[in-house]
Amino acid sequence: MSEIATDLPRPQAASVVTEGGLVRGLLVTVAIVFLALFLVLPLVTVFVQAFAKGWDAYLAAFREPDALSAIRLTLITAAIAVPFNLVFGIAASWAIAKFEFTGKNLLVTLIDLPFSVSPVVSGLIYVLVFGSQGLLGPWLIEHDIQIIFALPGIVLATIFVTFPFVARQLIPLMQEQGTAEEEAALTLGASGWHAFRTVTLPNIRWGLLYSVLLCNARAMGEFGAVSVVSGHIRGLTNTLPLHVEILYNEYNFVASFAVASLLAGLALVTLGLKSLLEWRYAGDLAASGRRH
Amino acid sequence: MPPPLRPRRRFRQPSVIPGFGLTLGYTLTCLGLIVLLPLAALVVRASGLGLSGIWEVATDPRVASALRVSFGVSALAALTASVFGFLVAWVLTRYEFPGRRIVDAVVDLPFALPTAVAGIALASLYAPNGLVGAQLAKLGIEAAYTPLGIFIAMVFIGLPFAVRTVQPLIVEIDREIEEASATLGAGRIQTLTRVVLPPLIPAVLTGFALAFARGVGEYGSIIFIAGNLPYVSEIAPLLIVIKLSEFDYGGACAIATIMLGISFVTLLVINLIQAWSRRRFGYV
Repeated sequence: MSEIATDLPRPQAASVVTEGGLVRGLLVTVAIVFLALFLVLPLVTVFVQAFAKGWDAYLAAFREPDALSAIRLTLITAAIAVPFNLVFGIAASWAIAKFEFTGKNLLVTLIDLPFSVSPVVSGLIYVLVFGSQGLLGPWLIEHDIQIIFALPGIVLATIFVTFPFVARQLIPLMQEQGTAEEEAALTLGASGWHAFRTVTLPNIRWGLLYSVLLCNARAMGEFGAVSVVSGHIRGLTNTLPLHVEILYNEYNFVASFAVASLLAGLALVTLGLKSLLEWRYAGDLAASGRRH
Repeated sequence: MPPPLRPRRRFRQPSVIPGFGLTLGYTLTCLGLIVLLPLAALVVRASGLGLSGIWEVATDPRVASALRVSFGVSALAALTASVFGFLVAWVLTRYEFPGRRIVDAVVDLPFALPTAVAGIALASLYAPNGLVGAQLAKLGIEAAYTPLGIFIAMVFIGLPFAVRTVQPLIVEIDREIEEASATLGAGRIQTLTRVVLPPLIPAVLTGFALAFARGVGEYGSIIFIAGNLPYVSEIAPLLIVIKLSEFDYGGACAIATIMLGISFVTLLVINLIQAWSRRRFGYV
């Protein structure tokens, strides 16, 4: 009996769990056309418009002092916000993944909260705390400290919108890895810090890099929240995305798309590195890594 | 005889790993200062207005119209994103075709591309003199500066959510169940609608809810293409910005509270779907 079964040809066996070739081709085509039209075309447009009047016009957009100061401000903001969230993410995932305690699920939900808040509302809440009519407003004015319409406000809003990135990537990863290796290191006489540096950190490095990449992309590209707290002061509190907006609203399209192409380039590099990490180190990024 | 030892309910299980106090303390401090306190400021401000105050703002014709546009168009866009998102997820996991890995990476583009960049790109594409806009104009369709433009931007921003929530579950489908269904005489369509699709419904609903919530709150990718005509194509987040620039903090807070309230309801619904799914299918 079994010999007959193994000798049977199996072409039909494969076709019962998939669609016919024609349907398959049609579905693939529809999906690709849809993605090309909705996602890729806008990206291509950025570069086409940026180079619409040639290289000189493109480069001229970056000779402007306002553009340079926007680049500087964006870099400074990311340079503060990303390390802050990196340290926070490691601390949070250490406490949450390595220990069992009451209220853990609530804590994870609260860390995720900024993802479900509209960017504009994220900016608004800082205006309510630090703005001139805000809770701390009178005290800040008295002591001549400016937070809203200045760098601190922009950094705070950026930290808020990127707050969950590192933590939510590392928590499932560290939970998956458990505590056995750290316990072994401690038993062998390592200090807690030493165990973290030599055991935990190498285990999570790819997940860490992955989350820092995404965190950085969002930090440099954030628009809504930063727009609310920045005040749009040219050359002072304009980040790159805000500079794009100002140029666009002045009908200076080439310059606007030229600056936008920098951000689009950053997005492309981020996507490329992200795919590379997913491809090479899929196992080290944890299953939930794909869901933001 | 000593009394029997009763396990004391404690805040944390004992562990030899150090650093609990330090890391949890730091986590709570950051969370409190960065997230919870500022959000509490909004709640305090809004409760100062009272329910009647919030209701008054919400029923202002311009605000009501902006809320209607935001929620209505976002629901339609999330529906569209769910349908095409499912198709894309299915194609990516089930079929082998050249460039599959690139197509997979492209899906995340709206996550990576700054919203303002997406916004100006969409606006210039769909403007009456733009590449796509000109073609649509020939058909008598105006996309930019109308609710249709808002819809396009919201589909753009919501699509990755729809794809990425369904995709891992399609990967996990047990092919043997499909074989069993086929062996028992079901046609391919019957197998799909009766065996394959039902367990995916919770994920599709979750993806819809995430895309919907994102669309409602979205600002940067919409304002350029929307045209921002009051009563026609003005979205709720923009109205918050306008109220703020007029120093109408109360009005801004009221709209923000309504939006926050609805996104919390959306999150709650997602959790309910997932709890239901866990009971019904044994996974999220």
